[in-house]
Amino acid sequence: MRNVVFLCDLYKKCEKLARISWKLFTFQEIYAILNYIPKIRGDYVIKKEMIAMLLAGGQGSRLGVLTANVAKPAVSFGGKYRIIDFPLSNCINSGVDTVGVLTQYQPLRLNTHIGIGIPWDLDRNVGGVSILPPYEKSTSSEWYTGTANAIYQNLRYMEGYNPDYVLILGGDHIYKMDYEVMLDFHKANHADVTLATIPVPMEEASRFGVVITDDKKQIQEFEEKPEHPRSNLASMGIYIFSWPVLKEALLKLKDQPACDFGKHIIPYCHEKGQRIFAYEYNGYWKDVGTLGSYWESNMELIDLIPVFNLYEEFWKIYTRADKIPPQYIAAGATVDKAIIGEGTEIYGEVHNSVIGSGVTIEKGAVVRDSIIMSSTVVGENTIIDKAIVAENVQIGSGCRLGTGEEVPNRMRPDVYAFGLVTIGEDSVIPSNVEIGKNTAISGETEKSDYPDGKLAGGETLIKVGER
Amino acid sequence: MRAIGIVLAGGNNSRMKELSNKRATAAMPIAGGFRSIDFVLSNMSNSHIQKVAVFTQYNAKSLNEHLNSSKWWDFGRKQGGLYIFTPTTTPENSYWYRGTADAIAQNLGFLKNSHEPYVVIASGDGVYKLDYNKVLEYHIAKKADFTVVTANVKKDDPSRFGVIKTDADGRIVEFEEKPISATSSHVSAGIYIVRRRLLIELIEKSAEEERHDFVKDILIRYKNVKKIYAYQMPNYWSNISSVDSYYRTNMDFLKKDVRDYFFKEYPDIYSKVEDLPPAKYNAGSSVKNSLVSSGCIINGEVENSILFKKVFVGNNCVIKNSVILNDVYIGDNTYIENCIVESRDTIRANTKYVGENGDIRIVVEKNERYAL
Repeated sequence: MRNVVFLCDLYKKCEKLARISWKLFTFQEIYAILNYIPKIRGDYVIKKEMIAMLLAGGQGSRLGVLTANVAKPAVSFGGKYRIIDFPLSNCINSGVDTVGVLTQYQPLRLNTHIGIGIPWDLDRNVGGVSILPPYEKSTSSEWYTGTANAIYQNLRYMEGYNPDYVLILGGDHIYKMDYEVMLDFHKANHADVTLATIPVPMEEASRFGVVITDDKKQIQEFEEKPEHPRSNLASMGIYIFSWPVLKEALLKLKDQPACDFGKHIIPYCHEKGQRIFAYEYNGYWKDVGTLGSYWESNMELIDLIPVFNLYEEFWKIYTRADKIPPQYIAAGATVDKAIIGEGTEIYGEVHNSVIGSGVTIEKGAVVRDSIIMSSTVVGENTIIDKAIVAENVQIGSGCRLGTGEEVPNRMRPDVYAFGLVTIGEDSVIPSNVEIGKNTAISGETEKSDYPDGKLAGGETLIKVGER
Repeated sequence: MRAIGIVLAGGNNSRMKELSNKRATAAMPIAGGFRSIDFVLSNMSNSHIQKVAVFTQYNAKSLNEHLNSSKWWDFGRKQGGLYIFTPTTTPENSYWYRGTADAIAQNLGFLKNSHEPYVVIASGDGVYKLDYNKVLEYHIAKKADFTVVTANVKKDDPSRFGVIKTDADGRIVEFEEKPISATSSHVSAGIYIVRRRLLIELIEKSAEEERHDFVKDILIRYKNVKKIYAYQMPNYWSNISSVDSYYRTNMDFLKKDVRDYFFKEYPDIYSKVEDLPPAKYNAGSSVKNSLVSSGCIINGEVENSILFKKVFVGNNCVIKNSVILNDVYIGDNTYIENCIVESRDTIRANTKYVGENGDIRIVVEKNERYAL
């Protein structure tokens, strides 16, 4: 903003004084004029100090059937939100009002959710939110092959805002962070690149990409999943680049296949000897990349005083609210330790669970340690233990979910683990069936799909969509 | 739609007692997440009326705050939109709105500059769902000059309303405003359809004659000259002009059929979105037959009650048969029964509020609230 005012004033000064003598301008002003005059349209040039690029194209395949038809950033979280609400709200709360959202995998839900950005106040005359899908070019057409490649393909979008800094974000973390503080850190260090990092326990550091810094927080070395970590500062996948540095690196590495920030751009900048700094973030930050961590971070919201507190006035999280009506808890219902979304009706029992909006839990049904997303119906006398049930699922009456012993999933033991039952969106579960642990179900299933009315632990039943 | 809308939201009602100290009736919170004006605005929007004027006068601060953006009801458009008319002084006029007809007369430009042939006039304090297109079809079929939407009141005293009698064809033959003793339970719901040119003509005439009330000076005065027909409200209708009816309207939403009708059947009722987190039930809470809105945190016991947005209920509290308006903090060990607790109240711990002898007690407590 300061720059716009500066340029406007400067432009007026030019008009008045250019006839008299160039000596009236300072060196800095002449430099600015030479730089900006070609870009001046009308009275001023569109200028944003920092714009954000939000990478939301990933599938998040470790979320299994939850991301069969939606991109991971569009998966529901915490009763009424979607994962992308967190970085988007962080942007607007940090004063970043220009956000490009890069989509690729199953973008429908994401597109309808974001729209023109009204819920986040990102409907702006200049800037605001733009959805940036891959597109056909006159000479070639390609998908986004990597994180940096996706940004490279949108160079023109960024140039249009003439930024000084570009913030690169992922769409798959739950956290509240003031990017402006990080930008101040970037400026104070005259950095070329700043990485957001978070201290993790030393014993877990070998699961992350860690950075080794000097005492001024300048990064000396990177280690990707080191066996013997020498530092516990893990990279959060959030970067601030000074615009010329980013542009140069992207153009230089444009032919790199599957060009990625972590694998190519940052190492390139490091080799070139550019100033890379680690900004240390000390707050709640959760990767919801696996079903286990997704379930866990939802459950953390229902603690008496949650570590990640949504009830604070400061730093609100915004989302598109489809439903406004209050929730109804019936006379015979029991609700004990739960968060429940708008318009939900509870006639049964809910213990230790996160329930989305517009859900119906019928009489006699018991939901324990589970996540039930929007518009799902749980039939009478159905008992659900430790399950993740996606949106718009119909569960019949008299079912039992999450029974028996924990058996590793036969098809994808790495994904469907943690003793969870996972049910994909728009699924139908017939009445009176029993479903074991570490199972996954997706699609309209019928009684005949369950031998002896049972889906044993570790089995997978997928009738539509991708595995 | 071939009509523009006028919402009469300027009124005050002494029967709302302390509740009206804070806001106009049209801004009264309803059913957890709504305000009464949301119903008429949503009905207009859902009936594809694109241009709507809201006349405000009495204590409009809260109402104006609610209407600060027209986008919630889909009125934020280039064609039409939401117009808010509060009394202003002009070189010709320095009066407040002296009545509903005067309010229209003072803003006659709105009617004159529109091109739609019909006008839907509705009060801002009704709770109902109605497709005004159906009323307009009826109006045209009957070749009526005015159509008044009517409702049957069973529980309420009809003498609070305009009591109506019709002939077999549906034409109004008797219309008495707030009679001493009502002879019929058929009352006006405060929703009228009229041709725009006729309305302009009658409003101008009344203004000349210094007559300012729409019902008394236009409808009742002209009922034998003009053809005024009654259209029976097909479904739920409630009007919140007294503490009792306000309490009862809220409690109606505890019934499944009322809830399903308003919340699950198409079309939706819209309201301002406040981005509050989902309601949270901590261990030890017990909630029975109650409505709970977003942003609430519940630790105690709640029964047969309506909790509006952002209510905090402390440990060991008991709340029964009560309406707790938005942003109320209730300290530990508090007992509340048969009450309406005013919004932004802070209720001290270890206190007791009971509405006795079937009366509903209004609780207004402005205690210091410490940072939570």
